[in-house]
Amino acid sequence: MTSPILSVQNLHTSFRTDDGWTEVLRDISFDISARETLAVVGESGSGKSVTALSVMGLHPRQSVRHSGRIEFLGRNLLELPEDRMRAIRGNEIAMIFQEPMTSLNPVLPIGAQLVEAIRLHRDISRDDARREAVQLLEKVRIPAAASRLSDYPHNYSGGMRQRVMIAMALACQPRLLIADEPTTALDVTIQAQIIDLIKTLQDEEGMGVMFITHDMGVVAEVADRTLVMLRGDVVECDRTTRVFRQPGSNYTRSLLAAVPRLGSMAGRPRPAYFPTIDPETGQAGPDAQTAPPPAAPRPVLEVQNLSTRFDVRKGMLGRLVGRVHAVENVSFSLNAGETLSIVGESGCGKSTTGRSILGLAAPTRGRILLDGAELTGTSRAEMKRQRQNLQMIFQDPFASLNPRIRIGESIAEPMIVNGIAGRAEARDRVAALLAEVGLSPDMMNRFPHEFSGGQRQRICIARALSVQPKVIVADEAVSALDVSVKAQVVNLMLRLQERLGLAYLFISHDMAVVERVSHRVAVMFLGEIVEIGPRAAIFANPQHPYTRRLLAAVPIPDPERRGSKRRLPELEIRSPLRPPGHIPPPRSYRECAPGHLVMEPSEDWALLGAA
Amino acid sequence: MIKYILQRLLATVPVVVIVALIVFSLLFLTPGDPAAVMAGDQATPEQIAQIRESLGLDQPFLPRLLSWFGAVLQGDLGTSIFTGQPVTKMILERIGPTFSLMLVTLVFAVIVAVPVGVIAAYRHNTLLDNAIMAAAVLGFSVPVFVLGYLLAWLLASNAQLLPVQGYRPLSDGVGPWLRHLVLPVLTVSGVYIALIARITRTTMLEVLSQDYIRTARAKGASERAVLFVHALRNASVQVVTVVGLGVALLIGGAVVTETVFSIPGLGRLTVDAILQRDYPVIQGIILLFSFVYVLVNLLVDLSYVLFDPRIRY
Repeated sequence: MTSPILSVQNLHTSFRTDDGWTEVLRDISFDISARETLAVVGESGSGKSVTALSVMGLHPRQSVRHSGRIEFLGRNLLELPEDRMRAIRGNEIAMIFQEPMTSLNPVLPIGAQLVEAIRLHRDISRDDARREAVQLLEKVRIPAAASRLSDYPHNYSGGMRQRVMIAMALACQPRLLIADEPTTALDVTIQAQIIDLIKTLQDEEGMGVMFITHDMGVVAEVADRTLVMLRGDVVECDRTTRVFRQPGSNYTRSLLAAVPRLGSMAGRPRPAYFPTIDPETGQAGPDAQTAPPPAAPRPVLEVQNLSTRFDVRKGMLGRLVGRVHAVENVSFSLNAGETLSIVGESGCGKSTTGRSILGLAAPTRGRILLDGAELTGTSRAEMKRQRQNLQMIFQDPFASLNPRIRIGESIAEPMIVNGIAGRAEARDRVAALLAEVGLSPDMMNRFPHEFSGGQRQRICIARALSVQPKVIVADEAVSALDVSVKAQVVNLMLRLQERLGLAYLFISHDMAVVERVSHRVAVMFLGEIVEIGPRAAIFANPQHPYTRRLLAAVPIPDPERRGSKRRLPELEIRSPLRPPGHIPPPRSYRECAPGHLVMEPSEDWALLGAA
Repeated sequence: MIKYILQRLLATVPVVVIVALIVFSLLFLTPGDPAAVMAGDQATPEQIAQIRESLGLDQPFLPRLLSWFGAVLQGDLGTSIFTGQPVTKMILERIGPTFSLMLVTLVFAVIVAVPVGVIAAYRHNTLLDNAIMAAAVLGFSVPVFVLGYLLAWLLASNAQLLPVQGYRPLSDGVGPWLRHLVLPVLTVSGVYIALIARITRTTMLEVLSQDYIRTARAKGASERAVLFVHALRNASVQVVTVVGLGVALLIGGAVVTETVFSIPGLGRLTVDAILQRDYPVIQGIILLFSFVYVLVNLLVDLSYVLFDPRIRY
C-alpha cells in the first residue's frame, strides 16, 4: 500500500467554554491514501465535522486547542502558520459542505466564485481562469456551462449548487477532498447523481476522499474504509465490508441495526418495529410486525379530488401571472389504525397535501371527510371542534416548540384552548402523556433547550396526542433525527398506533423508513398522485416509472452489493408553476392489483419508462 | 428597471402631496390667530387684517390650498412676511452651506463608520470591539450642541487649528471651504457614525456566521477578502438602508450645528423663521427637507439592485 496522503495521529481537540477547556475529540487516528475513500460516520455531536474542520484548520485559533499530529504530505498541519495553511486550503485540501443552498455567496456570480477559487492558488490570468471555470462546470455536468457563469446561486437548483461546490473544490486539483454530508440536504435521486459524480471525479483525479455522513446506505455505497465515531471517540476503523459484516463494537451494531434497509420488509404486509440493539449490552430487540388494524365500517379520513393552488402575482396591481398547482386532484382514504405514507421529492406537494387537510393551507377545491362528515365548508366552531381529531407533527423538533414556554405548558395548551380540560386536569394528563411517549413526568417544568432532538420530537408527539386525535399528520417527523433516535421514535409511533388506533398520514422522502412504517403508500410527483397502493405491492412491484426511479435511487446499506445498481438518467425536477388558464389534463388510473392504482404515464415518461 | 424607477417615482408623489398638505395646514392648525401673533403686541387691527389677507387666512381653506399648490408646482413658495423676499430665493441663497455640510458629513461618516463596524464585528467580543461599541454609545448620547461647543473649544479656541465659526463657499477654494466645515461635520457626524457603525457590526456578525463565509475560508481566501469581498457586500443592503434613514439625523443636526457655528444655511434660516413666526419660510423649508428625504430613500431603494442580485424590479 502507498503511503497515506493524510495521517491523523492521536488528535485531541478542545473548545474554550465559559468554564475552561472542554475536550471534544479524544485520540483520533486515521489515514487516507490516494484514491481511497474513508467514510466518517456517527450521530450528531460525535465530532465528525469537528475533525474535518481541524484538518482544514478552520477552527478559530483563539478558542480551539489541538494536540497530536495531522500529517499531510509530510507536513504537520497543526504547526503551520495561518498563511501557509491558507495556501493549502482550497488548493491541496478542498472541502464541500452539507448545505448547498447556503454555502455559495448569494451576491456573487457563480463564475466569479469559481475564478476566485482558481486564482487564489494559481498564477493565471482572469480570462484563462474563466475558461477553466467553464471546463470545471462541464466536468460536474452543468448544461450550457459557458452561458451560466454570470448567473447567481439563486438561479441554480440545490443539486446544481452542490455540483458548483464540487467544481469549486476541484479547481486546483486537490490531493484530498473532504465532503461533509454533501448529499444530506438533497433529494434521493439527486443524491445518487452527486455520489456518482464524486466517485467518477475521484477516479479521474486520484484524490483521497474523507466522506462524512450519518447515512449508512451512503457509506456502503462510497467508502473503502469506515471510521465510526461516538461522542468524540473513535469506536472502530476498518474496511467497510468488515464493519458491515462483523462490526467490532456494540455501538456499531446498534447503529447498523437502526438503519432502515430497503427490501427488509419483503413478505411482511404490515409495519414492523425496528429491531434495535442496545449500544451498551448488544442485546437485540424484537423485529416484530404490528397487529393488524381493527376492521372499520368506513375510513376515518377521506380526501376527494383535493386541489391546492397558489396564485403568483406580479407588479403593483397584482396581475395574475401564473398558479402553482401544488396539489392537483388528489384522492385517498385512510382507515383507523392505518398508516398511509405520501412520498416524493421536494416540491412534489406532499407537505401541502398535509397542510390542506389540516386547514393550514386553503384548498382550491375538493372534499375532506372526517368520519364521514365534511370538513370543508362547515362553520368555524364546528371546524374547530372537528380539527381536534386532526393533529400534526412537524419536521423540525427544534423550531416547533416555543423556546420560552415550559414543555408541560406546550403539551397542555391544546387541551386548554379546546376546552377539553382545566389547568389542573391538564397537568395530570401531561404527566400521563409524557410517560406515554417515554419521558419522565417530572420533566414537564423544563424548557425545550434542555432536551435532545429525539426527546423534543417525543414532546411534539405528546402535544399532538393531548387532544386525543384520530388522525395524525406527520410531516417528515423523523427525517431530522439521528438513525438510532429515528428508530426509537418510529417504534414509539408504531406502539401508539397499536394502542390507540391512530391513523397516520406519514409524509416523508425517506423510502426506507416508509417501507417499515406504512400499510399503504402514495407516490406524488408534481402535485399529483402517480401511484397508490398497499406498501408491499408498491415496493415489490412498482408500476409507474417515477416510483421505480425513486426506489432505484435509494442507497443500499450493503457494501457487497455496491455497483450492482444501474445509473439513473439525469433529470431535474420540473416546476408545478402553470399559466393562469391552465387546465390540468384528465388523468386515468389503472388498477393493476386490488387497491393498487397507477396513473397512466404521460408520454414524458416514455423515455425513462423504457430505461 | 426603468419602468420600476418610474413606478417608484410615481409612488413618491402621494407622499410628497400629503407632506405638502400637512405643511400647508400648519397655518390653519396654529392655535389662536397667527396673524395677530405675527403682528405683535403693538399692532393695529388694520395691520392684523393686512397680514391675515396676505396669508390668505380670510379666504376658505380649499381655494387657498389649490392656489398654493399651483404656485408651489411652479416653484413659488410665497413671500416672507419679514423680509418681503420670495421664499424660493431665500432658500436657494442658503442651500449651499447646508447641503455642503450634509454631503461632507455623509461621506465622512460612511468612510469612518463602515470599516469601524467591520473591524468590531471581526474582533467580536474583544477589547477593541468593546471600546468601539462604548464609543458608539457615547456618540449616541452626547447632544449635538455639547459636542459642537466641546470641539470648538478644543480644536479652535485652545489648539487654534481651525476657524471657530463661519462658512466659506466652495467658490473661495476647496481648502477654506473644507477648513470651515471640519468642526461642523465632526459635530453632526457623531451620532451618524455611531448609528452606521452599530448596524454594520450587527449585520456583519450575522453575515460572518453564514455558510458561504466558511466556504470562502475553505477556498483559502485571506481574511481581508473574506471580510470585504464576501461579507461586506452581503451586509451592504442593511447598511445603505440605515445611511438613508439617518439622513433625518443630518437634517436635525444641521439646524443645531449651524446655530452653534454661525453658518448661514437653511438651519439658521429655520431657527430664525420659527422665532419670527415667518410661516411661508417655515413651510418652504419643511417641504424642501421632506422632498430631499423622500428622494434619498428612493435612491437607497434603487441601489439595492447593485448590492443584491436577488432583488429584481
